[in-house]
Amino acid sequence: MFTEQLGIVYALLGAAVAVLFAGAGSAIGVGVAGQAAAGVVTEDPSKFAKVLILQLLPGTQGIYGLLVGFIVLSKVGLLGGGAAEISLQTGLLIFAACLPIGIVGLISGMHQGRTAVASIGIVAKKPEQFAKSMLFPAMVETYAILALLISILAVTSINV
Amino acid sequence: MAVLQMQKINLCALKKNRKRILEMIQALGIVEVVSDEELMEGFEKMDTSAQKSQFEKTAAQVDQALECLQKHIPEKKGMLDSLAGREYVDSKTFDKAMEDKNLYLSIANEIVQLEKKMAENHANILKINTEIDSLSSWTEMDIPMNTLETKKTDILIGTMDGQYDLDAVYTMLAKAGDALADITIVSVSKNQTCLVAVCLKTDTSAVEEALRANGFARASFLSRKTPSERIEVLKGKIKELEDDTKNAEERLADLSVNREDLRLISDYFRIRAEKYGVLGGLAQSKNTFFISGYVPKRDSERIVRKLTDSFDVMVELEEIPDTEEAPVRLINNTFSASTESVVESFGLPKKGEIDPTFIMSFFYVFLFGLMLSDAAYGLILALACGFVLLKFKTMEQGLRKTLRMFFYCGLSTLFWGLMFGGFFGDLVTVVAKTFFGKDVAFPIVWFEPLKDPMRLLLYSLLFGLIHLFTGLAIKGYMLIKEGKYLDCLFDVGFWFALLFGLVLILIPSELFASIAGQQFHFPGFVNILAKVLALVGLIGIILMSGRANKNPALRIALGLYDIYNITGWLSDVLSYSRLLALGLATGVIAQVVNQMGSMMGGGVVGAIFFIIVFIIGHTLNIAINLLGAYVHTNRLQYVEFFGKFYEGGGRPFEPFQQNTKYIRIKEDH
Repeated sequence: MFTEQLGIVYALLGAAVAVLFAGAGSAIGVGVAGQAAAGVVTEDPSKFAKVLILQLLPGTQGIYGLLVGFIVLSKVGLLGGGAAEISLQTGLLIFAACLPIGIVGLISGMHQGRTAVASIGIVAKKPEQFAKSMLFPAMVETYAILALLISILAVTSINV
Repeated sequence: MAVLQMQKINLCALKKNRKRILEMIQALGIVEVVSDEELMEGFEKMDTSAQKSQFEKTAAQVDQALECLQKHIPEKKGMLDSLAGREYVDSKTFDKAMEDKNLYLSIANEIVQLEKKMAENHANILKINTEIDSLSSWTEMDIPMNTLETKKTDILIGTMDGQYDLDAVYTMLAKAGDALADITIVSVSKNQTCLVAVCLKTDTSAVEEALRANGFARASFLSRKTPSERIEVLKGKIKELEDDTKNAEERLADLSVNREDLRLISDYFRIRAEKYGVLGGLAQSKNTFFISGYVPKRDSERIVRKLTDSFDVMVELEEIPDTEEAPVRLINNTFSASTESVVESFGLPKKGEIDPTFIMSFFYVFLFGLMLSDAAYGLILALACGFVLLKFKTMEQGLRKTLRMFFYCGLSTLFWGLMFGGFFGDLVTVVAKTFFGKDVAFPIVWFEPLKDPMRLLLYSLLFGLIHLFTGLAIKGYMLIKEGKYLDCLFDVGFWFALLFGLVLILIPSELFASIAGQQFHFPGFVNILAKVLALVGLIGIILMSGRANKNPALRIALGLYDIYNITGWLSDVLSYSRLLALGLATGVIAQVVNQMGSMMGGGVVGAIFFIIVFIIGHTLNIAINLLGAYVHTNRLQYVEFFGKFYEGGGRPFEPFQQNTKYIRIKEDH
């Protein structure tokens, strides 16, 4: 009886995991990239716009986490008030569906941050190679997108 | 859609016309001059590096003067004014300013000196202020500061660490012995006590000893004035310096009217430095000189005519030999040209490659819109870019192209937003429900991605497949153009057969049906055709891919390895799933913003809250998703699309021209 009511808790836990880990990954990534960007701007303020763009690149994982979290919340009806009846199994399913973007978001966010730091180094020395330098962090992001894809597809296809 | 056709130009003329011919070519700005590495006998190069660096230095000096002006008398500029680009100046005004160039150079020099003076004054004022600070604790003392003695007495002026009152100091003296002194405490602050001790000359050493035991140190002053008088003098000095600075500033303000002319002068010297740089690379004999270089074919006749009409010159045009790589400039229609910068930053087409800009531009705009996919955001983007483009007609070329690209991308975003029913996310629904209690929805032309993500995923992959196949087809086209028909069949044809076959096999399968939620049935012959195609492709690739190798075993092994590239195709196609992910991200964040805005409910307070959340939230969402769409559209072009056929590595066409920093010279042709 009691375990049956845990469904909604797991669903919310899933949303929390998606937002929390992916957001943390982005925060770390944007943080380290921001330090490098600030260093470049002290030397050459005119590169501000370029390094800012590079700094923002690892920020998307947090958004993907938010996306999945939001879909989960609206799916289980927590947003409109009046939560749906969620069985334990459904709750766990939703929780599992949230794991990819949460975990991959955390790790890819951190690594994309490091790649962004290296790319900021490119812009510092060869500003004309900006377009190429943007590609390296974007490569890391591919895997966050793949994880997001599976999370979204899984969450939307679970019947509540 | 192409690369501008180039020709080689060779010119020989008399040395007496050298300066004017070079100036004419520079003003035309469409000839790239090449410095000859090997010189014919009897020719040599002139060393112009000294003049060149002299001109560069002069230009830098004028720049410095302009910076000083900007620092002290900033030019008033609106936020958007920089979009207007460098100012146009007609060549008459330019030449007129040149006549007075020495005057302007001395003005530039004066500005720099004034700036230096002001900096010195500033430093001096700081120094004097510290002196005033140190004197401020002595203002109560009414004797000249350098007083050391009277006829019979010695006067000790100094400080002791810590706070002491008169009693404490006298006690100190009494303890030390019977030497007497008259003590005056001038001031007491937190860490030190300033005092004056007057004592008989015979007692001096005893008194000083006693005081020193408690941390007394004589203060050394040079001034013959009392401290307060001295402070007055110093304040007077500060006033003088400030007046001086003020005068300098006024003078700067007077000189700032020359700003425009200084810019002309700076650019003039920059142009001359450039000219001398080119001159240094030319082959010259005693009476003649040679110029060789590249010129766009469409302009070559005009240049030849212009040169031969004005001077006694020998000009010869020739086609570029196969051994040489011509410099590259892209030329496209207005729409495609807007995406040229995307190709340029990847790399210009090298010899034998075609310019991919034309085909890419359509995909670029298409995919960009699909990723942003919100009608309102697209409308904002298109309107903003369109407005700026219309308002600032004189904008620099590069910026104009970029803005035009975003204008088209905005239109595409608008289109996709309408298809998927996104207008600031679900703004219409939320506002209607929160404030008017009605159920209204923004019309959806095609379908809503959030409700049916699988469907959009399949379409994304389909668009990706089309994109990739186009890339492969271009590779085939390039091979055919080079006459390598067999290579085209082996490297492109077989891959097409294999991939088409595989796709046709996949579509009616159960796996696909479970993804698409719909079972497809092809007529029997299509199924057979699919298998035949796949098999032909497979065998063709295994046999032919390693054809450069004589050893048959190695050849087959290489062929089998090439088949492994199927996984590469798979990952390339899957990469287009980002179209779905980014499209959903825009929509969902917009929904989150709307949802947050509507939390205070209806009514006036709710409306105000909604508007605030709406503005902040959607601004952020536009910014971050614009960035995402830009980055990932570039990635799809660079990695997936160009990866199929394009390498880049061409050398950009860099004509000998008037490279200016501040102005653009209008030629009166």
